[in-house]
Amino acid sequence: MASTEEDGSVEEKENNNKKRTKSAIAVAWLTFYNIAMTAGWLVLAMAMMRFYIQKGTHKGLYKSIARTLKFFQTIALVEVVHCAIGIVRTSVIVTGVQVCSRIFMVWFITNSIKQIQNEESVILFLAVWTFTEITRYSFYTFNLLNHLPYFIKWARYNMFIIMYPLGVAGELLTIYTALPYVRKTGMLSMRLPNKYNVSFDYYYFLVIVMLSYIPLFPQLYFHMLRQRRKVLLGEIIVEKDE
Amino acid sequence: FKHGICTVEILDAKTKDKLCFLDKVEPNATIGEIKSMFHKSHPQWYAARQSIRLDPKGKSLKDEDVLQHLPVGTTATFYFRDLGAQISWVTVFLTEYGGPLLLYLMFYFRVPFIYAPKYDFTTSKHWVVHLACMCHSFHYLKRLLETLFVHRFSHGTMPLRNIFKNCTYYWGFAAWMAYYINHPLYTPPIRYYINHPLYTPPPIYGEQQVRIALIIFLFCQVGNFSIHIALRNLRPPGSKTRKIPYPTKNPFTWIFLLVSCPNYTYELGSWFGFTLMTQCLPVAFFTAVGFIQMTVWAKGKHRSYLKEFRDYPPLRSPILPFVL
Repeated sequence: MASTEEDGSVEEKENNNKKRTKSAIAVAWLTFYNIAMTAGWLVLAMAMMRFYIQKGTHKGLYKSIARTLKFFQTIALVEVVHCAIGIVRTSVIVTGVQVCSRIFMVWFITNSIKQIQNEESVILFLAVWTFTEITRYSFYTFNLLNHLPYFIKWARYNMFIIMYPLGVAGELLTIYTALPYVRKTGMLSMRLPNKYNVSFDYYYFLVIVMLSYIPLFPQLYFHMLRQRRKVLLGEIIVEKDE
Repeated sequence: FKHGICTVEILDAKTKDKLCFLDKVEPNATIGEIKSMFHKSHPQWYAARQSIRLDPKGKSLKDEDVLQHLPVGTTATFYFRDLGAQISWVTVFLTEYGGPLLLYLMFYFRVPFIYAPKYDFTTSKHWVVHLACMCHSFHYLKRLLETLFVHRFSHGTMPLRNIFKNCTYYWGFAAWMAYYINHPLYTPPIRYYINHPLYTPPPIYGEQQVRIALIIFLFCQVGNFSIHIALRNLRPPGSKTRKIPYPTKNPFTWIFLLVSCPNYTYELGSWFGFTLMTQCLPVAFFTAVGFIQMTVWAKGKHRSYLKEFRDYPPLRSPILPFVL
């Protein structure tokens, strides 16, 4: 699923206070990291556009950018460490779930099931991810440098309204298209009898993953909508009690 | 100190609306009694779901707190927060433990619609499967009986949503484990002689592994029960006081010398034994998850022991001697 951030509005105000208490090394490292990731996803975006313009088709596009994609998406695991050691104030679990879902798509779907690599749905979610990540990482970068152009803030808190559903559509369609191939090859599955007395069916696992989008997607979407109202429109929202 | 009569007003902690005004309250009235009076005017909020505090964002006052010992004037202002629907601990435990007991037996007896129809109501040919059923059932039966006759609960209730969370955990794992252990294609522990030049099939059961596992399991069941009895005897009936637990004449309690929460230690040992007995990955998984959760609880309990008692024995670890 597309990445979200826990605290939007709080980030704005608290970033200034945080910086006075956050060490200079942490700030320097995070600035470097976010610039590097912005650059990486920009490279990906340009490679994708160049391929399409030169070849006129999306067939083979995934293969051409696969290594770069795997590299930059996997590096994002370090963001979980950032939360764990406290230099980024977001929940470890939320970040962990987001990064893992991306890693899952990249390594366990598109990388492992070669037959679906030329599907349009793959291009769809790749385009969404690329746009979202460039916006997100440049947002963090400018925030750390204390010079946030309004259009980046605008993009981060508005574009998700269409990007999010588009990304989910791309991901779900891709998994759905992959199902028959998983069934046929029986990949990543284990049957009885075996000495561990356990079985695992990757096909049904994927079906459950798809179904889990139903409760999870609306929750994340409405969370982002609430963040948007707080940050852009300055609304004070009375939080529902647990 | 105060003489005469007090008045109490109760406001909503969030909206600050006046919910209740009680006049003619005795100065020696307890919070518990005030909660009953509040319940009379607002019948939907029974005492267990009321959180009464001095400050809207503060900690809840205890039922035993007495009005005149609180920092209030002759008119006391309290803030109320609804804790949501509550359910008694006993109810929760009985449902949590009754489920796994029944579910496992359904899988053991191969009730229809679980396995292929030709296996309906058949029994496994492996004796370890019968043993595992007896151990699992014994374990949950013991828990049910302890809930009814042994445990003394410091809180009467917990939020209703907890029962769904807890039951999903216990029932889900019980079904997952039971499915594989009682499966027609289950593979019992086997002693590996396969590479021996004189190996002749069929393979021999890992009798030794199962025997050791059973001893560990039974030892830890007795140990766990001993600890529960020892903890019960610490607290006289109806009281909510807390004391440091110490070893008793029962050797199974001598582990108190090294560990703060030996009930969790023994529980971990039981499930470790069960894993060894069944050689089933879902069981190992369940043991691991339980271990993590119990470690979190043990560390919390250990920390509160240290905070509450100055003279707490320094040699003790939360759950594993010297290690964790």
